[in-house]
Amino acid sequence: YALENIIHLKQIRHINIMLLISFVLMQDGVVLGADTRATSSEVVADKMCAKIHYIAPNIYCCGAGTAADTKKTTELLSSNLTIFSMNSGRNPRVVMAVNILQDMLYRYRGQIGANLLLGGVDCTGNHLYEVDPYGSVDKVPYIAMGSGDLAALGILEDGFKPDLELEKAKELVRAAIHAGIMSDLGSGNNIDICVITRRGVDYIRPYQDSEYKDNRYKKMKYKYRPGTTPVLTEKVVPLKLEVVQETVQQMDTA
Amino acid sequence: MSLKDSIPVAGLCPQGQYGVQDSLRSGFTSAKNELLPSHPLELSEKNFQLNQDKMNFSTLRNIQGLHAPLKLQMEYRAARQIQRLPFLPSSNLALDTLRGSDESIGFEDILNDPAQSEMMGEPHMMVEYKLGLL
Repeated sequence: YALENIIHLKQIRHINIMLLISFVLMQDGVVLGADTRATSSEVVADKMCAKIHYIAPNIYCCGAGTAADTKKTTELLSSNLTIFSMNSGRNPRVVMAVNILQDMLYRYRGQIGANLLLGGVDCTGNHLYEVDPYGSVDKVPYIAMGSGDLAALGILEDGFKPDLELEKAKELVRAAIHAGIMSDLGSGNNIDICVITRRGVDYIRPYQDSEYKDNRYKKMKYKYRPGTTPVLTEKVVPLKLEVVQETVQQMDTA
Repeated sequence: MSLKDSIPVAGLCPQGQYGVQDSLRSGFTSAKNELLPSHPLELSEKNFQLNQDKMNFSTLRNIQGLHAPLKLQMEYRAARQIQRLPFLPSSNLALDTLRGSDESIGFEDILNDPAQSEMMGEPHMMVEYKLGLL
């Protein structure tokens, strides 16, 4: 890699999630929001991609950066966290996830392109953490990340207050992501929202549909009705089957 | 980028038979590939387990005294010897349990599965070598 400056390398086009994700700490939980566009340079690769990943029943993670990196890293994190919480006999906490993630990302020195925002509710309270690809961690009350983060942060900075109510927090996150979608080419399509509280998780996908949604899919049908292709001849051969063995097993309904 | 100690010096002993580079199995020769790492993380990952162990043993020695790392290393050496026949892949379960890596999943568990390896040693020759008959 020392000769990269001399030899011109062909640009690798991987699918990027240059997205927009943000979340907000509210009164009794955490609200995460994300758009649903994945791009590969100038082309939209996925119009309905899921950027909010499951880590634990009480912890969800938004991922920006390279699509495959965020997905695999969050899956590994989820598996390791489950094994760890089973071993130690404790419910998973957000700090555990953050530490596992930090170790993993630092080991690979930023080569794994995963910007992750972890949010969750555990026995110690509501937490939001931001983890950079190199492994640095920041604990924040609200944050936006991705290519559209500046526009979203503007809305968040203006509207955030400590201890927001649920509906106001959802509206704030929605407005922030909407601002990012309007101002940035790398974000777009629908908005997903995930609300985590002590009672449970509400993953609303999509929370808001895009105004430029393609309605042709509902009208276009790819199935042809029977009779489109004319049938010339028909021959029916019944298969002779004989019962060789019959066993009865009782279902255990105890 | 300076030359590191852990990269073998090229040109003196190519990997093929009779001292000639085996193009079919190990590809074309390239001085750059043998002197410089081909990825920023190549050296760090090649020696990762070694460096972790060194760090841990050194800390353990400072806290508990020389006996602690010595005992642990003896156990590691014993566990490493539990293998199957020379050409079969081993799960290294005892070694994993000692290290604590049976409780975590990493890329080494997903990628480079030894059961899917394309290369395999010749069984007869490897067993003969091991028994000292060769």
